[in-house]
Amino acid sequence: MTTARPAGTAAPHRRRRPGRGIQSGQAAAGWLFITPMLVLLGLFLVLPIAMAAWVSVSDWTGRGNPFGGAASYVGGQNYAELLTGGGLPQRDFATSLRNNAYYVLLVVPIQTALSLTLAILVNRRIMRGRGFFRTAFYFPSVTSSVAITVVFLFLFTASGAVNRVLSYLSVGGPNWINDPRGVLHIVLGAVGVDQPPAVLQSAPFLGLSWWQWLAGPSVAMCVFIIMGIFTTSGTFMLLFLAALQNLSGEVEEAAMVDGTTAWQRLRYVTIPMLRPTIFTVVTLGLIGTWQVFDQIYTGTRGSPGKTTLTPAYLSYETSFNSQQWGRGAAIAFILFAIIVVMTIVQRVVLAERDVVPARKRFYRTGQKGGEPS
Amino acid sequence: MTAVAEAPARAGDAGGRAAGRRSPTTRRLVTTSFVYALLAALAVVYIFPFLISISTSFKSNADAAANPLSLVPATFTTEAYERLFLNSDFPLWFQNSVIVTLAVTVGRVLFDSLAGYALARLPFRGRGVVFAGLVAVMAVPSVVLLIPKFLVINTLGIYDSYSGLIIPLLADAAGIFIMKNFFESVPASVEEAARIDGAGTFRVFWSVVLPMARPALVTIVILSFQGSWNELSHFIVASQSQELFNLTKGVAQLSSGALSQGTQYPLKLGAAVIMTIPVAVLFFVFQRRIMNASAGAVKG
Repeated sequence: MTTARPAGTAAPHRRRRPGRGIQSGQAAAGWLFITPMLVLLGLFLVLPIAMAAWVSVSDWTGRGNPFGGAASYVGGQNYAELLTGGGLPQRDFATSLRNNAYYVLLVVPIQTALSLTLAILVNRRIMRGRGFFRTAFYFPSVTSSVAITVVFLFLFTASGAVNRVLSYLSVGGPNWINDPRGVLHIVLGAVGVDQPPAVLQSAPFLGLSWWQWLAGPSVAMCVFIIMGIFTTSGTFMLLFLAALQNLSGEVEEAAMVDGTTAWQRLRYVTIPMLRPTIFTVVTLGLIGTWQVFDQIYTGTRGSPGKTTLTPAYLSYETSFNSQQWGRGAAIAFILFAIIVVMTIVQRVVLAERDVVPARKRFYRTGQKGGEPS
Repeated sequence: MTAVAEAPARAGDAGGRAAGRRSPTTRRLVTTSFVYALLAALAVVYIFPFLISISTSFKSNADAAANPLSLVPATFTTEAYERLFLNSDFPLWFQNSVIVTLAVTVGRVLFDSLAGYALARLPFRGRGVVFAGLVAVMAVPSVVLLIPKFLVINTLGIYDSYSGLIIPLLADAAGIFIMKNFFESVPASVEEAARIDGAGTFRVFWSVVLPMARPALVTIVILSFQGSWNELSHFIVASQSQELFNLTKGVAQLSSGALSQGTQYPLKLGAAVIMTIPVAVLFFVFQRRIMNASAGAVKG
């Protein structure tokens, strides 16, 4: 997105001289060259949104042509059912939002921190075998999510590799992929809170009691969380590596001359300079983690106890399996809205944090500069 | 803090005391070995799942369940692969994946470079608008388009056909970006020379520009191949008949237990291993370029 600006605007004015044969020929060729892609993008990216917008306010059940009289307009009914309906659709949707929210909450920070750590470790100049480690960490990112899911389902069976390792450490591993218990509920249970306090039991939000909202990710969902971190940290490591290699060594050398430790250089020099990349990684992470679909389709299809249901999968299931196309499309639009809002919120929050220290720094240096005179 | 600690050590050095020599070099050695140990441990975590899949695919069902951690099969058997290739639809899935992936890759290379070239070099009215539209379209998350895409595919009458599998995947805004950026980085003088020699726009593009663009084209090939080989959700919504199953869809079905009784981990992991091989080969052949390409692509 950032690469967009320069060329689009400057070139045409410079080139266009009306009435010249070659130029007008080029203009025609330009349209000719771009038409195939315009048609494709229009058909499969723009038109679908328009069509789905109609279906999301209709009662289409999958039979006949929804644009030729087989569906009728029902207004915001599908949306209302999901957000305020009080029935099963609303509860399922709220559950899927909860599951995915915990997924986002855990995956985004951990994968950002891990990929940054990997990049810094791999980027050490004196290191041998950089290529090997880079390859090892990136490889999971190129393999298909279906294959990785199959492998993880095997690793996390009740008597699988992970529990075997845990048993060597005298830890009894859970029945991972079949365990619907929420992690926070388990923790609360361990300190003696088995029953929800009355406050949390009442006053439901989106049809789900607060006690349910606070369940935490289920043990089964944790498998997908670990998998999400495992598969995407390599991609983001490359982004950080590229950014690290673009940093000029001068600032760091200056810091080194000032007698800082490696940790101080990392904390006060390198990481602040990486801020734009961290921003990108968090944005991409937020967008990606709200779209969990392949893993759920391949792995659990929402079970156990709907604790691995995600909005993306619910939207698919509602449409294709339950034939409630209107509701399925409505879920897709709400998910879209969530992703857009999240991105904007993150943009505002991180941008503000970016501005304040800069201003402080300015004041501080300003004061220091002012003192002697 | 350490800066302070280091200073006396250096002073000791100057004084010729043996203890003083320990500090800087030893500390560096300790740090380095610590980093290596950490990296090695992490690498094991990242690589182990792949190694265990390969070894388990050569185990018997009982062995796979009994020794989930051992990297060496108790009895080496190719039973899982025999079943996959001789008694299942696996070869058909593989074939479909190859057909779709090749078609998508060729199509994307052609359309991406055409569009990228037009956006970078050909002045036409409305170019800015087209470009802005491209940016907007790229921001739409793909999972959100799952059901909408089905509606279009269904309306166009290409549901459950190869066209339905291939054509929608040709729409690739990110690839256009990569090509556009590349064409902008190449000096225009060569094309201008060709144009002065009287070559038409398409001829300039085909015989002068495209051959120069090989590095960027390789990037597109890698990304398209990997993208369409690993694609799952699109195939789920674009087809239903068994003849059109591809690897991701087939293996996903295998995994969720719709076809199989029992766990059959060697079979499933064998399928996962086979479907990983083409991408792995591509990855190791073009490793350097993939590392650069994906960083650029994600940024775009």
